[in-house]
Amino acid sequence: MSRIAACMRVLRDAQRSALVPYVMAGDPGAEETVALMHAMVEAGANMIELGVPFSDPMADGPVIQKAAERALKGGMSLRGVIDIVHRFRRDDASTPVVLMGYLNPVERMGYDTFVTEAASAGVDGVLTVDLPPEEAESFTRLLREADIDPIFLLSPTTTSARMRAVCEAASGFVYYVSLKGVTGAASLDMDEVGERVRSIREITDLPVGVGFGISDAETASRMAMVADAVVVGSALVKRMQAHADNPARMRHEVSELLSQMRQAMDSHGGRYSSDAAPVGAPGG
Amino acid sequence: MDSPTEQRSGAGLPDARGHFGPYGGRFVSETLMYPLEELDAAYRRYRNDPAFLAELENDLTHFVGRPSPLYLAERWSRETGGARIWLKREDLNHTGAHKINNTVGQILLARRMGKTRIIAETGAGQHGVATATVAARQGLDCVVYMGAEDIQRQSPNVFRMRLLGAEVVAVESGSRTLKDALNEAMRDWVANVDDTFYVIGTVAGPAPYPEMVRDFQCVIGHEARRQMQERAGCLPDALVACVGGGSNAIGLFHPFLEDEGVALYGVEAAGDGIETGRHSAPLGAGRPGILHGNRTYLMEDDDGQIIETHSISAGLDYPGVGPEHAWLRDAGRATYVGVTDEQALAAFHHLCRTEGIIPALESAHALAYAGQLAAGMRPDQNIIVNLSGRGDKDIQTIAEREGITL
Ligand SMILES: Cc1ncc(COP(=O)(O)O)c(C=O)c1O
Repeated sequence: MSRIAACMRVLRDAQRSALVPYVMAGDPGAEETVALMHAMVEAGANMIELGVPFSDPMADGPVIQKAAERALKGGMSLRGVIDIVHRFRRDDASTPVVLMGYLNPVERMGYDTFVTEAASAGVDGVLTVDLPPEEAESFTRLLREADIDPIFLLSPTTTSARMRAVCEAASGFVYYVSLKGVTGAASLDMDEVGERVRSIREITDLPVGVGFGISDAETASRMAMVADAVVVGSALVKRMQAHADNPARMRHEVSELLSQMRQAMDSHGGRYSSDAAPVGAPGG
Repeated sequence: MDSPTEQRSGAGLPDARGHFGPYGGRFVSETLMYPLEELDAAYRRYRNDPAFLAELENDLTHFVGRPSPLYLAERWSRETGGARIWLKREDLNHTGAHKINNTVGQILLARRMGKTRIIAETGAGQHGVATATVAARQGLDCVVYMGAEDIQRQSPNVFRMRLLGAEVVAVESGSRTLKDALNEAMRDWVANVDDTFYVIGTVAGPAPYPEMVRDFQCVIGHEARRQMQERAGCLPDALVACVGGGSNAIGLFHPFLEDEGVALYGVEAAGDGIETGRHSAPLGAGRPGILHGNRTYLMEDDDGQIIETHSISAGLDYPGVGPEHAWLRDAGRATYVGVTDEQALAAFHHLCRTEGIIPALESAHALAYAGQLAAGMRPDQNIIVNLSGRGDKDIQTIAEREGITL
């Protein structure tokens, strides 16, 4: 069983949701990212999404764009990100790591080389934002052969026909983008998210993660009532950018927000089981 | 549909999934898949709809001012002593460039799809002006994204867009040029897919844009073909056009793809010279990759990051190129060459003085190559150059470069 599947199963049995922080690899530096990853696990993260910086992050809002620009300025590259995972794995053999980025750096490295190196570093999942399943057949096959889960997005605009195709291509979990917009956008309609996640569950047995727009403990907790995994990105990256010159403080800020989220997510006890409190009602 | 010549020329491409061989496709985030499918379906429905085509034709005739003349540059041709050079006068269109052929088409489609808000990206500002113009005429809201750098060097066009009622948003991310404006427009679209139509200004982007924009620009080649036959009684021997994203070039080339005797030359911006690395010539010096929703030739570093480009002309300052050009390059059907800033400037001045036409700096790249090409050809041969735009927008740039304050 893949590390992601194992992690999700343990949490599901305990009726808990995974807390999945997203940080940009190499922001502010490789060293800091490795230390931050361990700190996040300590603060209650169950899985880590590591952003791979790209010069043209079309699906990201200003917070993550700037993080990518900082990382690239600091010399981060796809190879550098894989190396970060390698170093993280020396002290953590169980927390799944998902790389999230854009296709071109992978295309440039070469699909075979990328998959081989990512697998040997201990990467568990790959989410390529600008690669829909329609264009992903051979890459998905390579990933699967290397026991890396191809993670795909579902969005508020995904039709049910597409939803089926996407879930068939995916493994590990599927990631529901909870709003029409880029990362870091503001308004979330909780009722609608709950509705959509329920309809995804009718199609697939894969765990469902929810992300985009989750910025505080309360939202995280309400999301945890419907979703198997709650992804939080821009809110963390924003806290980090204020303390780029003080890594210890930066780790503290990130850990603090994650602990608050973890606590709120666990406090309402029990999760999306069919008769859980309706989403949108005050939760946790 | 699949005759042997079509297969060789690629005239039947793209395939049903928007692929030109290995190029093109639809590489976007999930949220954009549905709006692209919706656009694709609408385009396929209306492209052969008689009422749609009649309205398009009417607008092209009475609003844009088509057909544009095919002008024989006699003095210039005599002077080179080689082939006769004909200019396809897209500079005489309303708003001064070929861009409006496409915006008229896309905005008619937007209206039929019930969209009320138009967004666009722009580099030189010509596509932004064309979009703002048609949006104004159709009574639609219009937002144009433009790199902060380009806003500086194309300020007259920024003012024109504002006069036309468009909101111009300065893009400060990345290299602050056309590619970043495109990123920003995509982000806007993701957040506003329900009521917004994104009018892409060139034959790049995810399917169906490369095909749709090409089809709207093919009016250039269809007219040129007919005009050449009427005026000279033959087909041209060569076509020359500048290539930024590649829309004016593909619009001229495409109706001639199956005419094997017609040589096709796309001219990229070689900037300070290909060897300096400061240029915008992905077909000449780049390699295939994924950017802005399609696979095509790109300017990138060893890590697959898109690198900054350079050209004196904002409209050619783009690190990618339409996927159909990537296909034509590999197939050997079209030849792509580079022209430097200096060569383009010389051609700019030359056309002003010899023919009484001030060309856009983008088009001046095509003129520079056409001059070289003509000199090596016979006087009974014919070259058509796409004069994609007029140069009024560039006089500031030229003046600054020559140390003149206007
Ligand atoms: C006059 C003119 N020619 C050419 C171009 C380049 O675009 P394309 O290669 O799509 O024709 C531009 C772009 O702004 C332009 O304004």
